Parts: sequence; C-alpha cells; structure tokens
Amino acid sequence: MSWVTKTLSSTIGRKLIMALTGLFLILFLTGHVSGNLLLFKGDGGEAFNIYAKFMTTNPAVKLLSWLTYSSIFFHVIFSAWLSWTNKKSRPIGYGVSTPPSTTVSSRNMGILGTIILIFIVVHMQSFWAQMHWGDLPIVTYEGEQYKDLFSIVSFAFQNELMVIGYVVAMAFLAFHLSHGFASAFQTLGLNHAKYSPAIAVIGKIYCILVPILFASMPVYIYFTQS
Amino acid sequence: MILDSKAPIGPLAEKWTKHKFNSKLVNPANKRKYEVIVVGTGLAGASAAASLAELGYKVKAFCFQDSPRRAHSIAAQGGINAAKNYQNDGDSVFRLFYDTIKGGDYRSRESNVYRLAEVSVNIIDQCVAQGVPFAREYGGLLANRSFGGAQVSRTFYARGQTGQQLLLGAYSALSRQVANGKVKLYPRTEMMDVVTIDGHARGIVTRNLITGAIETHAAHAVLLCTGGYGNVFFLSTNAMGSNVTAAWRAHKKGAYFANPCYTQIHPTCIPVSGDHQSKLTLMSESLRNDGRVWVPKTKETAEKLRKGEIKPKDIKDEDRDYYLERKYPSFGNLVPRDVASRNAKDVCDEGRGVNETGQAVFLDFRDAINRDSEDAIRARYGNLFDMYQQITGENPYQTPMKIYPAVHYTMGGLWVDYNLSTTVPGLYSLGEANFSDHGANRLGASALMQGLADGYFVIPYTIGDYLAQIGPAPVDANHPAFAEAEKGVKDAIQKLLSINGSKTVDYFHKKLGHIMWEYCGMARNAEGLTKAKGMIQDLKKEFWKDVKVLGANEELNQTLEKASRVADFLELGELMIDDALNRNESCGGHFRTESQTPEGEALRDDENYAYVAAWKFIAENAPEELNKEPLEFENVKLTQRSYK
Amino acid sequence: MSKTIHRVKVVRRARFHVAIEKKYKHMKLTLKIWRQKNAGDKGSFVTYPIDGISTDMSFLEMMDVLNEELTANGEDPVHFDHDCREGICGMCSLYINGHPHGPKQTTTCQLHMRSFSDGDTITIEPWRAKAFPVVKDLVVDRSSFDRIIQAGGYVSVNTGGVPDANEIPIPKRIADEAFDSATCIGCGACVAACKNASAMLFTSAKISQLAMLPQGQVERMSRAEKMVAQMDAEGFGACTNTGACEAECPKGISLTNIARMNREYFAASVKSETV
Repeated sequence: MSWVTKTLSSTIGRKLIMALTGLFLILFLTGHVSGNLLLFKGDGGEAFNIYAKFMTTNPAVKLLSWLTYSSIFFHVIFSAWLSWTNKKSRPIGYGVSTPPSTTVSSRNMGILGTIILIFIVVHMQSFWAQMHWGDLPIVTYEGEQYKDLFSIVSFAFQNELMVIGYVVAMAFLAFHLSHGFASAFQTLGLNHAKYSPAIAVIGKIYCILVPILFASMPVYIYFTQS
Repeated sequence: MILDSKAPIGPLAEKWTKHKFNSKLVNPANKRKYEVIVVGTGLAGASAAASLAELGYKVKAFCFQDSPRRAHSIAAQGGINAAKNYQNDGDSVFRLFYDTIKGGDYRSRESNVYRLAEVSVNIIDQCVAQGVPFAREYGGLLANRSFGGAQVSRTFYARGQTGQQLLLGAYSALSRQVANGKVKLYPRTEMMDVVTIDGHARGIVTRNLITGAIETHAAHAVLLCTGGYGNVFFLSTNAMGSNVTAAWRAHKKGAYFANPCYTQIHPTCIPVSGDHQSKLTLMSESLRNDGRVWVPKTKETAEKLRKGEIKPKDIKDEDRDYYLERKYPSFGNLVPRDVASRNAKDVCDEGRGVNETGQAVFLDFRDAINRDSEDAIRARYGNLFDMYQQITGENPYQTPMKIYPAVHYTMGGLWVDYNLSTTVPGLYSLGEANFSDHGANRLGASALMQGLADGYFVIPYTIGDYLAQIGPAPVDANHPAFAEAEKGVKDAIQKLLSINGSKTVDYFHKKLGHIMWEYCGMARNAEGLTKAKGMIQDLKKEFWKDVKVLGANEELNQTLEKASRVADFLELGELMIDDALNRNESCGGHFRTESQTPEGEALRDDENYAYVAAWKFIAENAPEELNKEPLEFENVKLTQRSYK
Repeated sequence: MSKTIHRVKVVRRARFHVAIEKKYKHMKLTLKIWRQKNAGDKGSFVTYPIDGISTDMSFLEMMDVLNEELTANGEDPVHFDHDCREGICGMCSLYINGHPHGPKQTTTCQLHMRSFSDGDTITIEPWRAKAFPVVKDLVVDRSSFDRIIQAGGYVSVNTGGVPDANEIPIPKRIADEAFDSATCIGCGACVAACKNASAMLFTSAKISQLAMLPQGQVERMSRAEKMVAQMDAEGFGACTNTGACEAECPKGISLTNIARMNREYFAASVKSETV
C-alpha cells in the first residue's frame, strides 16, 4: 500500500476526504444559491437563463462542476465506507441507549445525507438533465439563443407536491449542514480557542440562511407564477 | 539470627557509589540470556520491568488488574520529594535524608535512606524526559510545594494527580519495552506462589484470572513489587484489589517479614458512613493548611449535633475545641499525620465525635473563607471540595467537612538488604512491598520517591551483581519444585472451593478489619493485642470451616480471588499482632499506650527497640521466629519528636 | 431475551443501622443486569429487585450488597471491574441507563445512589465495542488500549543519562494543557459513549500530550502514524464529531485533542519519510 492509500484509507484519512469534499460542496452551495437568486429578479427569467447557459458552457465552470460531481461521489462513497466500519465496531448494541448531550443531526448524518442524496438525484433529473439533454424551448435575448430553463423551473413549481418536497429537503439540508459545517473544520484539525467559536457561529448562520434561500425559490415561484 | 543488611561500610555519602563499583556486572551480550520476573506494575514494578528490559534482560511482568496502568500507585495525590534545591532554600541530599529518617522516628536504615535521597534527583530528570507534565512556574521551570515534616519546598507535583502522572510515565516506558519484545505482559494474572530451588527463587506459580489456568514461570530472579497490605483492615484508602498475597506466599517460602505492625493512619479521610462502606477516600493533607480541626467542647453538645438538633454553625466559638491548636500551639493543625490521627481518635473516644457514628471531627473552612473569600478557597481546593460533596452530599463551603483517620500505607513489608534482596536469594522486593526506607512513619510525598528509586535506579545495579554470580544457564522449568508448587496452589484453591460454608468472604474480611482496627489500629496495648490474637485465630478457624466460595476455578471468579487473598490477610493479621505485642515502645505509626510521655505523646525506647523486627515463617499455625537487624545511627542523633 | 426474577432481600447489620435509618432514605430498586457466563456465551438481561439501598451508598457498594445476597442464595455474583474506587484507576466500567458511568460525568465508583430515586429501574450493561469483547457479565477486555499505547504512546528514553529536569523550560500554559490531556484514565467511557465505538478521544489524548511537550518532538510524527494505525487495527470506529465522548468523559478530556491528533496525523503522513 502506498502512503497515500494508507493515509486515505485510515479512519482519519477517510474523515479527511469527508471534510474536504464536504467543504467543497458547501462552497458549491454558496455559488449555487447566489446564482439562483436571479430567479427573484422578476424579469421573466432572462437573467436566470443567461446565467444557466454560462454555467453549462464556460470551461472553467465545467471544471468546477466536475469537481462538484466527484465531491458528491466521494462524499457518498467514503461515508458509506465509514458507516460500514462504524457499524462493525459495535456488533452488539446496548439495551438502553439514552442519547447523550449531542445533537440529533450529529447522530444522524448518514440518514440526513441519504435523504439529501435522493433529493439530489430527483433535482438533477428535473433540471440539470433537462438543461443538458432535454428538449427545452428556446428564447432569444439580444439576438442570442438561450435554453429557457426558467420555464421548466416555473412549470415544475406550479406543483404543490414539488414545492413541499423541496422545502422539506432543504430542512434536511439545514440539519445536515448544522453539524457538517463546523465538523469539517474539527476534522481538519482546525480547532482553536480563538477561531472555533467564530466558525461555529458562521456555521449556524450558513446552515439556516442557505437552505431558507433555496426553499424560498419554489415558494416564490409558486405564488408569483400561478 | 542477626540479619546482615549488606550495607557497605565507609562514609554515608560514598556508600552507594562504592557499592555500585564493587557490584559485579553482566556482560551486555549475556543479559538477554537472563530472565527476570516482575510481579506488580505500579511505580516500583513498572519502572523496574522497563529499566531491566532496557538493559537487555528478558522480562515477564505480571499484574492482577486488566492493565498495568491501573496499579494503585495511580491514586497518590500529593507529590514526590527530591533534593533538587531548585528553590535555593537550603535543601540538600543530606537534609532530605535527615528529614526522612527523623520522620520515620529513627526506625529505618541510614544507608538505604541516604541512597533514596541521593537518587531522588535522578527520578525527576527521568520523569520529565518521559513527558510527565509536572507543575511549572510561569518562567517554564518546575514548581515545588512544601509538605509535612520538612522546612524546605522540595515536593514536585502534577496538580492532585502526581501518582497518576508518574505511573503513566513508568507505564509508557514499560509499554515501549513490550512493543520491543523485551517484556512479556501478563495482565489479569495473580501470583500464587514462589518456586524455590536449592534455596534460591527460580520462578513463580500464577493463576490466570480469566481462565483459572494455573501456570508456572521460570526465571533467574523474581521481583515482588506488589504494594502494601493496608487492606488487612478491610477499610483503607487502598484499592479493592490491593493484597498481601504475593508477599505473604513469599514469606511462607522463606522471605522474612519486617515490622508488620508499622501502619500509617492518614488523618484526613472521609469518615465511614455505614456498614455498606467498601473503601475510604483520602482528602489531601494540604487541606490542613487552611482548614481548622475542631469538635464541640462538651459531650452534650456533640450528642445534640449527632441527633441533628443543632447544626455545626450554631455552635459558638467558645463552645468549640480546636484541640490541635490548643495542644500544639507551634504546629497547630499541621502536626504530622500520626499525631493528628491519634488526637482525632482521642476526642472521639471521649464521646465528642460529630457524625452519626460519633467517629468524625470537623475540618472547618469558615475562617479561611471569611479571610480569603470563597473564590480563593475554591481555587486552592476546588476539586477536593467537589469530590467531598460528591461522596457525602454535603457542601463543604457551607458546613464544615467531617474527617476521620483511615489506614493509608504500610511501612512494614518483606525484609530486604541494601540490594533489595529478601532473605531468599534471587527474590527481591521493591516499593511499598518491602520495609526498607520509611521506618515507623512515612513522610508525605516519599512513597512515590521510594517506588521509583527502587525500580529505576537501585535494582538495575544490584540485581546484576546476583545474576553475574549465578551465571546465565537456563533455569530448568521441569524441575520437580515447579510441579510441587503448582500442586500446592491447586490444592489450596480446591480446598477453598470445597468448603461450601454459609458465610461470604466479605463477612470474614470485615470481621478481621474490625478486630485489626479496634486492637491494632491507632493505639495498641498488650491486653487488647492479646485478646485480638485469640479472636483472629478463632476467625481463621471459622473461615476454613464456613466460608462460602461459589463457582469453579476454571472461570473468572472474583469471589475465589478474594477468598484466597483474605486467607492470607488472616495469617498476616496475626503476625501484625505478634509484632505489635513484641514492640513494647511507641514509634511513628505504632502507638503503644503503655509507652507514652506524660503529655500523651509517643515514647520511643531506643535502648531496647532500635532494631528491625524480621519474622521468619516456621510452619502453619506455629509461632513465627523473631530475627533482629540492629539499627545503627552514625550520622544522625536520636531525639524525641516534639511538635508543641 | 430471557428474564428471570430473583428475589433479593437486604439484611442490614451493625450499629450504624439506627443512625442511618433516620437521616437517609432507603430505596427499592429494580436492577436489569446483563449476565453472560463467558466470552462464548450469548448472554441476556436478568432482573433483580433489590430493597433497602441507602442513598449514601456508592453505586458499586449497591452492587456489593446485591452480590452478598446473591452469594448467600447460592447464585453466582455479578462480575464487574473495579479497583481504586476513588475515580482514578479507570477500572470501573458500567453502562448505566444508557450512559457510561451513569447519569453523572464521573466514574462509576464516584456515582452515588442519591442520584437515583426510590422505585427506579436501573439497567446495567457492559461497554459495547468490537475492540472491548465481553469477558464475563459486565467485565470487558480493554487490552486494545494497552496496544495503542505500545504502538507509540511514549518517549523513547532509557533510564539514566537524561538531561536535568530544568534544562528545557516549558511554558506553563503548554505544561498545563499537556497535563489536561494526560489526565485520561483509560477507562474507555469515550468508546462506550460513541455511537461508532471510536477510540479517538483516548488515542488523541496521548498523542496530544506528547506532541505539546518538547520531550515528545523527536518521535512526534512516527507516534501519530503508529498509534492511529493501531487504533484502526483494533477495530474501533471513526469519529463523527458528535461530542458524546467529551460529554461523558469522567475526566473532561476535550475534543480539541482529536483535532490536534488529526493535524498531527495529516502532517506526519505528508512529511514523514516512511513510505
């Protein structure tokens, strides 16, 4: 075994992968939510569609998106691997298990993550796959043609179930992030009397703000486009 | 028989150096041919096992706990003395030697105590190099504090957990040798007997506590580092598992047992709360720096207090008797351990004790809190106050602590010469298990010093002299002596299991403890001791007729373990009584009411008792034979201790 | 799981009886205890009603009372590990009502019956982890901890020939922090509390102590690598930063140790020359 595989297959090494991919996905979410704020512009989706085209064609963004796909992939694979190890570490459980003074999220990251993964699959199928390979209507702004992703989005969010599903999924994301954000820093060894409290506060703000912004999009569209 | 201490002649300060030079050496290439057994992994055992393995010997280390790190050295709180003179306050090797020998009431061997003081400085260096996090000053250098019986600051400490940190240091050194393959570790294994061939110790018999397997181990030398026997009193500050079995079985194989009656009763322990009590908890002696010890002036007030009719704070100052301050104006509450303990017993015997059982005195922080604020007291003793509150359910910031003396340490043990060799060649004893350095009373912070001195810096030299003489030829593990010893152990276990009587092991242990505490505790006299001897003999008979040990040998059987230990305590108890009877003087922890000054203080009889009493086992149920090692003092003048 | 009911009646003795009667309440409790004859046995919970427990007893003294009565009735006493009974040796290890060492942040031996109420049902289990196999009843084998220390939890200095203790000054803050890490008693409550049975708090405490002190620098990298490798080899789980270990640790060992261990491990992996 080379030192790289040895390190990355150790429990701490695997946690390193979880933390790094997790933090990258947090960065991705930041970008994703900022871009999607264009949905609120009220310009019939023009800015959003231009943005969508940029995101699917720009080579630099392409690279970033491949990093995102692999982050999701490794985040999932390594968490499964870790969960398997962790499960094996206690073959016989307790008769009574009072949850200690830890958060619900921290104890259920695997379940939260699985739900979020299912959401991601549905979400990508609804929009990302459509954008890439779907038969989308074309709109023209200032002489240039764009795929009208906005119409797909606003159509999808006419459906109450879809809206509720998205809002619920974002709640799960919030819980996942509420532990994951600070946890990633702890795993990387960034625990410091001066900075850790700040990281914890930023993490709390982030895990509430970002999912709320995401969740407000389908709600907004549902009420404004009907 | 007059025992030969083998202490080298010549000036005190040169003895050890000279002795080391005169000791034979084992060639480095030959060391790996020698096997050494170390029983016990406390400070003495772990440090000896690690040091011998570093030298190249093949070592087997045994402990009854599940890990060497659990040995009871871990519970030592206060600190470790060393004559470093880092504080520039006039300390020196000679002063540490002098304080220790005086503290021991002139009943220890000059040469040993001097060597202890001499190597004390190396211990601190060694521990720091291992990564022991001693307390430090802001400048980054080591901090010291002062301790009872000394006028200099020479105690190194790691908060209230010095024993833990030192033991973990020795344990880490031992672990390193286990990883190197030089030490083979046998946890959860109890030594049941010593195997002797032609009068030399050549191995041990052990019981695997998980499987019950009785095994023999051969070696060129055996080191017993098995601690003290305070649990003969049932209630003590020792760990539940602390026992005398290894030392006692060695005694029955020919090792003399020295000064068994010297026991240290520590004055500041949490009092007994009921018959369910399984052990006593020490509160650091440092509390007496700020706490004032008192009981009500009259029996009547004490009675009202016991019935709960009044509270301690209702008692006015003029109705309180701060008896230590009254009797010892110059030392006050800081008199040595034996004096403080005896006085607590006296006031309780007068009926002025303060808790439900009448067996407690107050240690009151009211005045210290008024003087320095509650926060200041919390900063000094916070963890101790919390511990007290956890155990008793009372808040010592608001109501005075209750304390009572408890058995803490045993100065007696296997007799050893200057080389730490018992009277059986090849059988050594280190640390609290031997009798060597503390005389009749041990000073605070000296136990850790002795354990590590023996293990790190004495035995590596002295054992070489013996091993070089016997040569590296392997010990014949098939010698009939092994099978014979093994059979003896198996028979004894079978006997215990076959009695199937009606009383539990704890019943006998508690009864023995009561007898020992009552008649061989803080004050002893011929009448009581004689009575106790008969009581113990009866109890022993009853034990072998009526004890109930369930289960089988071939399993984890904690009752069987206990029974086997209590059987030995019963025999030791009788020897302690004999020794206490023989020593018709008071010295240190041994107070014979017949021998006291007009003021009621311990009165030594140097003319008749300046010797080590070393007892030789003759036969089961036969009186032991007394042998004497005369104590000669060339460098200190014997004086009456006074703390008035 | 089979449930057998055993009647246990406590007979109180001795002169303390009356006094205690007055001040302390006696409790009636129901104990559900894991009984397992040996490592190979399947094991099950057995219920024991117990009466006359004084609020002043320690938890282990309550167990002593139970065992005295079981023995008197000719039944095998409940085996459990314990030694110093003053909270420092780390031997006691009972999982009580869903918490290692019970409801308070102490060792089992420092838990007192006044923390419980009359009529309570108390469930007592052994530590559960693959690396802590049950030996009998509530006794587990924690030698995996010893092997983690043997992998590198030391400074490789032989006895003798070391520099003077004051030769290397160590800032008080560093010495104090190293001490905080060094107070670990190796009881295994962190493993018992962790949902992943991870030993990272234990391992990191030792790595931290020696990484902070100047004496530990020489072997700093190999120590982190070897101890983590051994920890994994023993079959402990990974850390998911829930903080249960810190919350249940009787000595309050902090999570910062785990962060430090992670740093040490990453740095060692990248910088050390062991390929």
